[in-house]
Amino acid sequence: MSDLLQSLTVPFQYDYMIRAIWVSALVGGACGFLSPFVTLKGWSLMGDALSHAVVPGVVIAYIFGFPFALGAFIAGLLAAGAMAFIRAQSRIREDATIGIVFTSFFALGLVLISLFPSGVDLKTILYGNILAIADSDILQVIGISAATLLVIAFKWRDLMLYCFDPNQARSLGLRANVLHITLLALLAATCVAALQAVGAILVLAMLITPGATAYLLTDRFGTMMWLSAALGVATSLAGAYASYFINGATGGCIVTLQTLVFLAAFVFAPKRGMLASRRAMRTDVFEINQPRMDANERQ
Amino acid sequence: MKTDEVSLDVEGVSVAYPNGHQALSDASFRLGAGTICALVGVNGSGKSTLFKSIMGFVNPTAGRVRINGMPVKESLKKHLVAYVPQSEDVDWQFPVSVWDVVMMGRYGAMNFMRIPRAADKAQVEGSLRRVSMWEFRDRQIGELSGGQKKRVFLARALAQGGRVILLDEPFTGVDVKTEEAIIALLHELRKSGAIIFVSTHNLGSVPEFCDQVVLINRTVLAYGPTADVFTAQNLAAAFGGVLREFQFERSTIQSHDGRAVTVLSDDERPLVFGKDGHLEYMDRGKHEELLRKRREEHE
Repeated sequence: MSDLLQSLTVPFQYDYMIRAIWVSALVGGACGFLSPFVTLKGWSLMGDALSHAVVPGVVIAYIFGFPFALGAFIAGLLAAGAMAFIRAQSRIREDATIGIVFTSFFALGLVLISLFPSGVDLKTILYGNILAIADSDILQVIGISAATLLVIAFKWRDLMLYCFDPNQARSLGLRANVLHITLLALLAATCVAALQAVGAILVLAMLITPGATAYLLTDRFGTMMWLSAALGVATSLAGAYASYFINGATGGCIVTLQTLVFLAAFVFAPKRGMLASRRAMRTDVFEINQPRMDANERQ
Repeated sequence: MKTDEVSLDVEGVSVAYPNGHQALSDASFRLGAGTICALVGVNGSGKSTLFKSIMGFVNPTAGRVRINGMPVKESLKKHLVAYVPQSEDVDWQFPVSVWDVVMMGRYGAMNFMRIPRAADKAQVEGSLRRVSMWEFRDRQIGELSGGQKKRVFLARALAQGGRVILLDEPFTGVDVKTEEAIIALLHELRKSGAIIFVSTHNLGSVPEFCDQVVLINRTVLAYGPTADVFTAQNLAAAFGGVLREFQFERSTIQSHDGRAVTVLSDDERPLVFGKDGHLEYMDRGKHEELLRKRREEHE
């Protein structure tokens, strides 16, 4: 028994594990807070696009030795700008525009990596490498997460209104363009942070799954935000911890956990879950077959 | 004396979209305080473009909109313009309650973090009670009936305290009782000096509750008191043959007393009953011919 307990606490004996666990949790929390906005605004594809579009920025940053977060963030915003420009200037549909832009950015990143092989490891970008994260990178992740949390703490009601009813935001004299760009910038920033934890391919899950899960569990936006953040933190903590025993693939562990929680909510959520919907349908059918008393009495 | 006398001036407004489409040209009209005015025109006649320019979402290529003599931007900052969206434009699955939505009307008047004060809460409660939706304040908005949904957004406009209230198709999907309640409320608002501007397809309801009409088709064709503007001739000009006309020259109504009646309808065919409840046909002779033929075939 004490053997089991001892082996369970093994991860905490290593500095790199402790660091990986709390950095993951921080990233999971920041993504979790942003997730409701992304899912409700319908920006899932946009999130996927940005997480891939930041790659050339990371590569260039490593080649020239400036903070990777800066390079990634600029690349992300450039990609978003390119999408908006093509969308406004042509008749190409939005999903095609997003597809074209993010694949070209990603391809540029691949070319750059093969041209300057010493700069950075492709696998690190694609799958993340939280276990070997450098101290300077941790500082960047902390900075990004703190900024994201601050903006959301102060402006979540405005951003919620913008997601729900942009026209109302405008007609109240709120600057909808500023809100749009703020949301995009937050999305790009959290993509960059999550890149470290889970890698470019799985960033999207961190940004979508907690929000989608919370959406199934509540009808209030505030609650949804806290639930989503709590899920992000909890799954990241547990995922990073569990990854020690599976030996690596921290990102995979975190996202797999998130998926399991989502599936549980999908089936068992009290009001919006599959079982609850079935139950509601059965009751409806029952009521149709058995007209209520008052309807009969009225006749 | 009224201190909040309000006016809406549209002066020679032209709007062209980036794709070259000229949506409005040289549209002009003026509305003074205390009016319910209908905005009537076919689909694509520029109704929504006109609304958008009053709310400052599009900038006119020529001309200008003035509210209380102020440019639109300035009047939006004073929350003078409230907008009640068409039901199709709202995401009813969004996790917000009735209370949350009405509170959004107060955002413009709130502090930086949009934390409601007691005055905001009182205003929201008052607005909800006015539309008899107070009991539903904790409902998620998707769980309401069509009429209740409309009333929630009307309450939001009330909570905002807008003096120019734009309503987009307020009666679609609304039962007769709610329609009457909404109209009663609009009458109250008119009495308080507000300008109610209603975009509608429902031609029949216009004379019932609107004292003025603006007829548009890419420009303002006519505006003024309903009795002067809402003539068969003007409507024919505005709708240019798209209107369904039910003339009784060939039906049987005239044989009763010799007077002519014309029914106009925008998109749906009217169902008309004559004296003693018999069904009227657009062309009685043709219909009888058809019946006769069928009888012969049968025999």
